[in-house]
Amino acid sequence: MVAAFDEMKGADGGVRPAYGELARWLDEVPPDVLDYRRREAELLFRRIGITFAVYGEADAQERLIPFDVIPRIMSGTEWRFLEKGLTQRVKALNLFLKDIYGAREILRAGVVPDDLVFRNPAFRPEMSGQRVPYDIYIHVAGIDIVRVDADTFYVLEDNARTPSGVSYMLENREIMMRLFPELLARHRIAPVENYPDELLATLKSVAPTAVARDPTVVLLTPGVYNSAYYEHSFLADKLGVELVEGRDLFVKDEFVYMRTTQGPRRVDVIYRRIDDDFIDPLTFRPDSALGVAGLMSAYQSGNVTLANAVGTGIADDKAVYSFMPAIVKFYLGEEPLLKNVPTWRCREPEHLAYVLDHLPELVVKEVHGSGGYGMLIGPAASKIAIEQFRAKLKSAPKNFIAQPTLALSTCPTCVEQGVAPRHVDLRPFVLTGRDRTRIVPGGLTRVALKQGSLVVNSSQGGGTKDTWVLDG
Amino acid sequence: MLSRTADNLYWLSRYVERAEYLARILDATQRLSALPLAYVGSSNEWESAVLTAGCANAFFKAYDEANEENVTDFLAFSTANSSSIRSCFEMARSNARAVRTALTMEMWDAINGTWLELKRYGNGPASREEVSRFLRWVQESSLRYDGSAYRTMLRNDAYWFSRLGVYLERADNTARILDVKYHLLLPDNERVGGPLDYFQWAAILRSVSALTAYHWVYRESLQPWLVADLLILKEEMPRSLASCYEAVVRNLDQVAGAYGRQGPAQRQARGIRARLQNSKMDGIFQRGLHEYIGEFITENNRMGAAITEQFLL
Repeated sequence: MVAAFDEMKGADGGVRPAYGELARWLDEVPPDVLDYRRREAELLFRRIGITFAVYGEADAQERLIPFDVIPRIMSGTEWRFLEKGLTQRVKALNLFLKDIYGAREILRAGVVPDDLVFRNPAFRPEMSGQRVPYDIYIHVAGIDIVRVDADTFYVLEDNARTPSGVSYMLENREIMMRLFPELLARHRIAPVENYPDELLATLKSVAPTAVARDPTVVLLTPGVYNSAYYEHSFLADKLGVELVEGRDLFVKDEFVYMRTTQGPRRVDVIYRRIDDDFIDPLTFRPDSALGVAGLMSAYQSGNVTLANAVGTGIADDKAVYSFMPAIVKFYLGEEPLLKNVPTWRCREPEHLAYVLDHLPELVVKEVHGSGGYGMLIGPAASKIAIEQFRAKLKSAPKNFIAQPTLALSTCPTCVEQGVAPRHVDLRPFVLTGRDRTRIVPGGLTRVALKQGSLVVNSSQGGGTKDTWVLDG
Repeated sequence: MLSRTADNLYWLSRYVERAEYLARILDATQRLSALPLAYVGSSNEWESAVLTAGCANAFFKAYDEANEENVTDFLAFSTANSSSIRSCFEMARSNARAVRTALTMEMWDAINGTWLELKRYGNGPASREEVSRFLRWVQESSLRYDGSAYRTMLRNDAYWFSRLGVYLERADNTARILDVKYHLLLPDNERVGGPLDYFQWAAILRSVSALTAYHWVYRESLQPWLVADLLILKEEMPRSLASCYEAVVRNLDQVAGAYGRQGPAQRQARGIRARLQNSKMDGIFQRGLHEYIGEFITENNRMGAAITEQFLL
C-alpha cells in the first residue's frame, strides 16, 4: 500500500504550517500530562455520557465513543476550498432530487440509467410530482470526506437521510476548551458553537409558505431506544424546540398538531430523525409504531415541512454516488470541485469482471449498506474471506460497488505507545435553507484507532477528534 | 409543554413519592412487629402493611403467607410487583430518561444515581440490618430528588406538574393508611383496645413521619382522634389530606394563571379542598370515618383522572 499522507508532517516530513503550534506544543508537553488529560477527557465524557447520553444498560460506559485529545487542524485556505466543494455538491444533490421527482431530465438525457432510480428501494414513488418548499430536499447533509495528499479530497459518501454525529462535533470542542484552554489560545480557531442557531434558522426558513407567524419547529425522534437518542435530546435542548415522538403528534384535516398541556398546537417544520420507512404507517411500513398516521398526507398538502424531505435516500445510494461527477456537470455545468473515489459498479459486466480480477486490492461495499458492515477490504482480508466474498458478489453483483483502497491521510493521535499517526476522515454538516447554505467550519473527524486500520466507524473501533479550522 | 413531558414529570414524582411511602410503611411495620405481643395485640402487622400498600390481591397471588420475609421482598424488591420500591425507581428513571431535557442536572443526577445504586442491592439484602439501611437509603433518595427539584427547577408548568404528582400520591398514601387503620382511630376504641393501641398509633404517625409533629401540635400524649385530626385536617402537617389539597389547588392555580384559563381540574380540586376545610373531626366521626376516607380516596383518584384528561393526554 502507498504510504499515507500525514496531515502534520506532510509528504516531506517537515511540519505543515497549520500544525506549527501543535507540533511545538506536542514537543513541550510531557507525555504523562497528555496521558492525564486523556483520562480526564474520558472522565468528562463518561459524566456527560451518564448524565446526558442515557445509554440505558449496564454497558453504558463501553458504548461511549473514544475521544482523542489531539485536534485535527485545517488551514483557512483548505477549508474554503472544501466549503466551495461541499456547497456545489449539495446543490447538485438537491437539483438531482428535484429532477428525479419532477421532470426527470437527467434520465431522459441518459446520464443516469432509469432502472437505477426506479428499481431502487430508496426511491419513493409517493414523492413523484410532489413539490417541496423552495425545492429543498436535503436540509441537513453529512458529506464524508477523505484526503489522500496535500491537495486531493475525495467524497467517500453522501449522507442525505438523517446524518448523525453533529453532537460529537459540538461536545468535542467543549471538552477541548475545558481541557486545553492554553493550547486553544495559541490558535485562532473558527467557532462551531453556533451550529444549533444555524440549524434552527435553516429549519425555520423552509416552513410552509402559508405560515405567517413564527414557525413551530419540532425534532421527531424514534425514542429512547434509538442509538442516537442522546443526540436527538441534545439537539432539541440546544435548539430550544420540543423533542417529540410519533405519539406526541397527530394529524387533523391535513394539519399536524402536537399534544401539549394547553391543547393541540400546530407544527410547521419537523426535523425528523426517523427513516422514511417508519414515518407514516398509512403510507409506508404499516407496522411502524414510531411514526404519525396521516403525516404524509399533511406533507403532500404542503401544510408541514419535513427535513429532510421524504425520498432523499435515492441521492445517497452508493450506486447513484458513482454518477455524481456527471450529475454535478449536468445540473451546474461545472467540474466537480470534490472528487469522487473512482468506483466500479458491479451491476455492469465489464466493471464486475475487473473487480473479480482485482479483489485483493479493492474495497467492495454493499450499495445500501452503512456503518462499515458487509464490506470487504481486499488488502487486509484473508484469502478465504476474499473467496467467500467473491461468491457473494457473483450471486448478486447489483448490490455491490468497488473502489480502490485509498491511503487515507493520517493525523497524530494519542495511543497506548504515545503519539502516532492514525487514519482519519471528516464529516462536515451542510445546511441548506431558503436563503442560503450554511456550513459550520470543521465537522466531525473520525479516526481509526487501530494501527493501519482504515475503518473509522464508531461501531468498529473508531474514535473522534476535535476539528480545528484556522482563521486566515 | 408537551403533554407527554408533563405526564412523565408527574409520574416521575409520583413514583419517587410512592417508593418513600413504601419504605416508611416497611420501617414502621418492622418496629411494630418487633414489639412483644403484649404491646401490640395479635394482629398480623405484615398483612396490614400489604393492605396499606394497596396491593393485597397481587401479594396473595404470589405468596400464601404474609410474613416479614415475603412482605419485605414483595414491597421492596420484587420485580413482579409493579408497585415495589424497585419497580417505582425503575419507572421513575425511565420516565426521567424520556424527559431528560426537562429535568435539571441535579434532578437527573439524583434519580439516575438512585437507579445505579439500586443495582447494588441485587436481589435483596441478606440481613435485617441491611434492610434497615436500604429503607433509610430509599427515604434519603426521595429527599434528594425532592430537594433538587425544589431547589433547581424553573418555576413553570414543568415544576407545577411535577409537584402535582407528589401531592396526589401523598394524599393517596395518607388516605390508605387511614383506610386500613381507621378502626384504631375511632374514639370509642379507647375502651376496646386500651393501651394496646398506643404503639399502633405511634406506628401510623411514624409511617407519615409525623410522630414528633404530633407532640408539637397537640402537646399531649397520643389520642386516636387527634391522630386522625392531624392526618386529615391539619394544614400545617405536610402529609395531611388538607395540606396536600392546599398544595394541589395552589399548583393548579399556577398552571391556570400561566395558561390563562381554568378548567374542570381546578374546580374539582377547589371542591375537595373546601370540603376538607369545612370538616370537623366530630362530624367525620359521626358520619363514619371509614366512609369519609373511602370517599376521599375515590375523589382523589378522580382528581388524578381530571388532571390527566385536562393536561396530560
